Amino acid sequence: MINILIAIVILGIIAALFGALLGYASVKYHVEGDPIVEQLDALLPQTQCGQCGYPGCKPYAEAVANGELINKCAPGGEDTIKKIADLMGVEVQPLDESHEQDSSSNGPKVAFIIEADCIGCTKCIQACPVDAIMGAAKQMHTVIADECTGCDLCVAPCPVDCIEMREIPDTPQSWQWDLNKIAVKQLS
Amino acid sequence: MESIIQRITQGKFWPFHGGIHPPEQKHFTCDKPIRQLPLPKQLIVPLQQHIGRQGDLLVNVGDKVLKGQPLTQSINPMAVPIHAPTSGTISAIKRSVIAHPSGLSELCIFIDVDGEDTWRKREICADFTALSNQQIINKIADAGIAGMGGAGFPTHIKINTKPDINFLIINAAECEPYITADDLLMREHSSAIVDGIKILDHLLSPAFILIGIEDNKPQAIKALQQATQSIEKVNVCVLPTKYPSGGEKQLIKLLTGKEVASGALPIQSGIVVQNIATCFAISDAVINDTPLIRRVVTLTGQALAKPQNVWALLGTPVSYLLKQTGFNTETDLNDSQTTTMPPVIMGGPMMGFSILNEQVPVVKTSNCILAPSKTEMPSAFDHNSNEVECIRCGQCADVCPSQLLPQELQWSAKAKDHVQLTKLNLFDCIDCGACAYVCPSQIPLVQYYRVAKAEIRQQQQLELKAEKAKDRFEARKLRLEREKIAREEKQKKAAAARKVAMNKKTPAAGAAKSAVAAALARVKAKKAASSSENPASVTNNTDSNNVDIEVSTVKNSAEITDEKSQVQAAIERAKAKRLAKNKPAQQQAASSDNIKKDISADTAANTYADNAAAKTEAAKTTLAPADDKKAKIAAAIAKAKAKSKAKQQGKSEDSKATGKAGLVATETQTPAQDDKKAKIAAAIAKAKAKAQAKALAKKQAGHTEQALIEEDLTTEKQATIDNKVTTSAQAEQTDTKPQTQRTTAPENNLAADDKKARIAATVAKAKAKAKAAAKAQAKIDAAENSIDTENTNEERQ
Repeated sequence: MINILIAIVILGIIAALFGALLGYASVKYHVEGDPIVEQLDALLPQTQCGQCGYPGCKPYAEAVANGELINKCAPGGEDTIKKIADLMGVEVQPLDESHEQDSSSNGPKVAFIIEADCIGCTKCIQACPVDAIMGAAKQMHTVIADECTGCDLCVAPCPVDCIEMREIPDTPQSWQWDLNKIAVKQLS
Repeated sequence: MESIIQRITQGKFWPFHGGIHPPEQKHFTCDKPIRQLPLPKQLIVPLQQHIGRQGDLLVNVGDKVLKGQPLTQSINPMAVPIHAPTSGTISAIKRSVIAHPSGLSELCIFIDVDGEDTWRKREICADFTALSNQQIINKIADAGIAGMGGAGFPTHIKINTKPDINFLIINAAECEPYITADDLLMREHSSAIVDGIKILDHLLSPAFILIGIEDNKPQAIKALQQATQSIEKVNVCVLPTKYPSGGEKQLIKLLTGKEVASGALPIQSGIVVQNIATCFAISDAVINDTPLIRRVVTLTGQALAKPQNVWALLGTPVSYLLKQTGFNTETDLNDSQTTTMPPVIMGGPMMGFSILNEQVPVVKTSNCILAPSKTEMPSAFDHNSNEVECIRCGQCADVCPSQLLPQELQWSAKAKDHVQLTKLNLFDCIDCGACAYVCPSQIPLVQYYRVAKAEIRQQQQLELKAEKAKDRFEARKLRLEREKIAREEKQKKAAAARKVAMNKKTPAAGAAKSAVAAALARVKAKKAASSSENPASVTNNTDSNNVDIEVSTVKNSAEITDEKSQVQAAIERAKAKRLAKNKPAQQQAASSDNIKKDISADTAANTYADNAAAKTEAAKTTLAPADDKKAKIAAAIAKAKAKSKAKQQGKSEDSKATGKAGLVATETQTPAQDDKKAKIAAAIAKAKAKAQAKALAKKQAGHTEQALIEEDLTTEKQATIDNKVTTSAQAEQTDTKPQTQRTTAPENNLAADDKKARIAATVAKAKAKAKAAAKAQAKIDAAENSIDTENTNEERQ
């Protein structure tokens, strides 16, 4: 009888000890915020285009962390979906059809304002998520091409349709070596 | 450092890892002098011929340019100017295919050569030691010199260094097969090269100068040794031939035993490496004031009838050079049975690239044009890849001079595993192509690395851009938030300011708020008028109870707010005082007191209005002599109207009222009660009401006596009051007596106006008649007073 009591007491002490340890650890090593959202946000292309239906990449990252489908990022494409799938431990899904960009536009693009047509309404400035359009009321606007993410959001608000999306031209600096094109040969 | 020199003098070096021994093939050109070519018809000068940025154009289409004239300039330190290689006219500035593996077009200046080769003005510098370092560096920068070994790094940046330089290494290894450009340059222009080395020595003051040269160039070695005999510092280091000993890091390892850390620059170890051709260009620029407009190009390969080194002006199309050396295209075409252009390689066979268009111009970094025959380099003609699976032989790793793992890299590159590639130090790969050279599976390893490097760079660019976009997005969100808060604050502030302005007690601030106050007063007056009408008309007695009822009605009808409660308290007080005053007066002879009060108030407020007001009352009572009810209603309406118009009418009303009063006085003779009369009466009542409001407000502030004294602005007015008081008091008893007495009163006031006197007399008469009506009137006045007080209090707040 005594033995049983001793065993209970000892086990109880051990349980209390570990309980206290765990309790302390949970307080001491408490993680602030949700690190998964930050990681997801880092994977997204940060175009802030809103094509996923969320107002920016961070909100979509938060939504994905809360169980939203991972295939809504059109600018990120399959690569991004694959990375998110790896991070979230879910199956890779094909890009949502409703979010798929039209097939004619492959390369990255930037907005371009046909300056002769611009009436200076500032509507595109308000629409730009990254403040990449310069201009003032009744003054001609222009796109800072280096800052433009090519998100498309300024095209629709323009009342005179003077904004078009132009492909970024290939330069020797941005040129991607194409294995099929390379004709460099080794001496043999 | 001494030990390093000792080792070097003993002819011992630190071998680098790997390396290969490809067939040298230098015999095609090494025994022929550098040939001067006739001027081509047209030159195509790309704006950018080096690493960095292109400058801004200085010339326009149609401009005549002289040899050596700068065509671009820039304040950007990474930009290097370009110069006109010969005299001529600029025929076009347009995009054209440039010397780049991509075959893309870039902006180029097309110069139609005039054949005269006229130089711009040059200043020969006999003694460069007289120049300051900065002057020399500026000369070098202005001459547009970029590293001529291949990469094209701006030379003036490389030599503009602060830290102590231990070694200046002159790279004369020229390890790549076929190329003999530097070899010939050293043989023919060793003294100029040594001048360049002296200038670099002057600029950098290194502890030692090492010239690294492979042992397959005995004539060049001899020439250099002779030229540098006089300079103690210089060591001509003859290296065993091995590819790629001319690589910067490999050469440093060979000569000094030091390894440059991954991602670091040699300058961080106190070492500067310059190409031998760059030294020649420096001496030309500093001493002869000749910008970099030409270079030695090795034209070689079995497809050329006369392979030779030539002095090529920058911008010379490759097709012209090939023509000059007898490029046999037809035989090649027949041999290969294809319609495609036979391969022409710019750069060496190991590291160069095929050019897709023969219009490609020679640039600052082009050291060789290789046109191989099919037997010489069959792989160049074979457009199908003979690549087979990697057999993991490991030869690539054995020959890699950077000690990388090429096959691992290859797999990761094929899988596009950028993380793994970075881990395997892909960016330490120097693209030497040794691995591909030895690969038994004919895998173009180096191409995979090039693609992977470009992809990773692109990825990094995208990441940078994404980071920037994120920052800008966040900044925008913050800005919008800030603007929203600012807007709200502004609105709040404006509202607060309005409130403060409304509540200010100073009359000065009243101007702005009076409009609002007047509007409020109007509304209240309307309410009060409608509520006070009934009780006033019900009873004729000036009973204190009735006054109570009226006040409470007013109170009930008024909106109950904090402000109002204060007002009501004031009303209560005022009422109590009035009651105390009214009670005894009403019990005795009653209304004389009220009338007196009315009149005295009028007088105090305005002497002119006094007449009007007095007459109004008279007129009112005359209009409805017997009908109390009517009089009261009229008064109430008049009062309401008066308040609504109190502001606009103001003083101007006074004179008008006087005139009208006269009219009324005359009309009072006829007892007709038409609309016109009523209107006039109302207008007059308005003036009166205004005066009353002023006076009573003052009165209620203190005791009635005090108020009266306060109102005595002048003794004249006081006299008037006295007169009137007595007049009204007497009028109660007799009809005739006041007539005379009242006459004197306005006389005092208005300097004996006959007409006025008569009117006044009539008024007095009428007043006497209307005693009974006046009693009721007094009651209405009491109600009015309370309302007026309320209004005044509000206004004051």
